Amino acid sequence: MKSYDVVVIGGGPAGLAAAISAKQNGASVLLVEREARLGGILKQCIHDGFGLVRFKEKLSGPEYAERFTELFEEEKIDSLTLTFVTRIEKEKDGFRVVLVNRNGVEAVFTKALVLATGCRERTAKQVMIHGTRPSGVFTAGTAQHFTNLLGVMPAKKCVILGSGDIGLIMARRLTLEGAEVLGVYEAKSTPSGLTRNIHQCLNDYNIPLHLSHTVTRVFGEDRLTAVEISRVDERMTPIEGTETIIECDALILSVGLIPENELAEALSVKLDPRTKGPAVNGQLMTSIDGIFSCGNALHVNDLVDYVSESGEIAGKNAALYCKAQRKEIDISISDKLLYAVPQKLDLNKDNSKTTLYFRSRDVLNGCTFTIKKDGEPVFSKKYAFLRPPEMENLLIDFSSMSLNENSKIELDIEVKNNA
Amino acid sequence: MRELVCIVCPRGCSLTIEGEGEGISVSGNFCKKGKDFAVSEMTEPKRTICTTVKTAYPQCPVLPVKVSADIPKDKIFEVMAEINKITVNKKIARGDAVIENVLGLNVDVIATSSMLLKLD
Ligand SMILES: Cc1cc2nc3c(=O)[nH]c(=O)nc-3n(C[C@H](O)[C@H](O)[C@H](O)COP(=O)(O)OP(=O)(O)OC[C@H]3O[C@@H](n4cnc5c(N)ncnc54)[C@H](O)[C@@H]3O)c2cc1C
Repeated sequence: MKSYDVVVIGGGPAGLAAAISAKQNGASVLLVEREARLGGILKQCIHDGFGLVRFKEKLSGPEYAERFTELFEEEKIDSLTLTFVTRIEKEKDGFRVVLVNRNGVEAVFTKALVLATGCRERTAKQVMIHGTRPSGVFTAGTAQHFTNLLGVMPAKKCVILGSGDIGLIMARRLTLEGAEVLGVYEAKSTPSGLTRNIHQCLNDYNIPLHLSHTVTRVFGEDRLTAVEISRVDERMTPIEGTETIIECDALILSVGLIPENELAEALSVKLDPRTKGPAVNGQLMTSIDGIFSCGNALHVNDLVDYVSESGEIAGKNAALYCKAQRKEIDISISDKLLYAVPQKLDLNKDNSKTTLYFRSRDVLNGCTFTIKKDGEPVFSKKYAFLRPPEMENLLIDFSSMSLNENSKIELDIEVKNNA
Repeated sequence: MRELVCIVCPRGCSLTIEGEGEGISVSGNFCKKGKDFAVSEMTEPKRTICTTVKTAYPQCPVLPVKVSADIPKDKIFEVMAEINKITVNKKIARGDAVIENVLGLNVDVIATSSMLLKLD
């Protein structure tokens, strides 16, 4: 089973930033993404407005994502795309992560996990609408996927329910591509999206915004043919007698985002009912040691700049968490030694001034004490004699020996002439 | 007096504009960009376009593009019509022009992704 310090789940801006900063802080890292390309939701957010805080530039989503993907590639971090994480099991010193992809099922071991799985949109099931279940009712993110990635127009004449930013951005986008957006309906008395988007996405294109209105019914057998709109009162209950019917072929929902935390829940990570994401400390570590959370999986962000920042914090602290863990190798001895102290070396610690104590098993004259790394001598010292009752001590710089988890350290005593 | 919402950044300042031409005064802006935006809105409003262009590659049927600088607001649909005439059949990189000097506006339509370069 392959073993890593940090496994990052999700290759959006949060996961990319986490992987880069974990690597830069000395961890071995694997990033797992279920889609074919890295970049997360930004791949379909072709509009601009990303990166104002970080790059002082107005970038489109793909431009922002590709800057991070290129940094990620420069760091030569291991990654698996088209790979799902299906299960995570807690083990003694870390986690067993079960992955599924074209090559089949595989498991990797990791000391720390960063969950960067983003968020999902609220769907028709989560809003109360009566009537049939025709096709043509979908989320703004789905509409965005069709239009911007597949090049397929999902609607000719549509109504948007909810004034979230994705809905506003899609109102403009569909209008640009020749669709008719009849109006945006919002049950609350104030819009949920940014004021800037009300202006540049709706007002610029004369798309009406109707506050305190909602969709109460949908019509159509196979495909949507119309929706019923009603006014709502302060408690957002539809007011009888205010219904109007609007003919359309699509109802696009922009009614909110929820952090995606199925994996976290399966691991019994404690969630905050307010954010719907894991409860974390200042290092973005969740209620379970070694599990970190960032980006929209932690809480829904409106600016990607803050998503990247949280990724960096989680990635760095996941790396530091691993360093604080022991990474020990054995110091073994040949049969010429009675014993040696210490018996192990923790490679995550400074071993440049390690005091080594040892005793020989027998009385030996004219001999050389050696430290071998993978069978090759890396240190030696001559002694006129060594005797079991007399303990020897040496100050050894193990840190300069380029040791890793697979290095074999052996202490030996070579006797030149045993005459 | 006119009220505007600045769209330069997510802060979305509410701007109040008084006077006309040279004597214009802007208040409510957090930074200088707000004033520039107000002046431009009062004279020649400009906007950006972010859209996609068709490609000849079935694995990536559309490529995201944008205009290299803001264009007059009333030219948006004309520029869209130009963009929709194009099919990209070369593997171009982010920043490469898809249309140079579109409609003589001294603005290029450029790719915002290098995704075609990753196709095999
Ligand atoms: C329509 C829209 C418009 C936006 N507009 C703006 C804007 O104008 N300006 C701005 O700054 N921000 C904007 N944002 C916000 C910004 O895009 C997000 O904040 C950001 O993309 C979130 O990054 P993330 O890495 O947390 O999640 P995502 O980008 O969603 O990435 C999560 C990744 O995890 C993967 N994944 C999930 N579960 C698994 C699993 N089990 N196994 C493997 N992989 C998995 C997913 O495939 C995905 O690639 C917008 C967002 C949306 C949706």
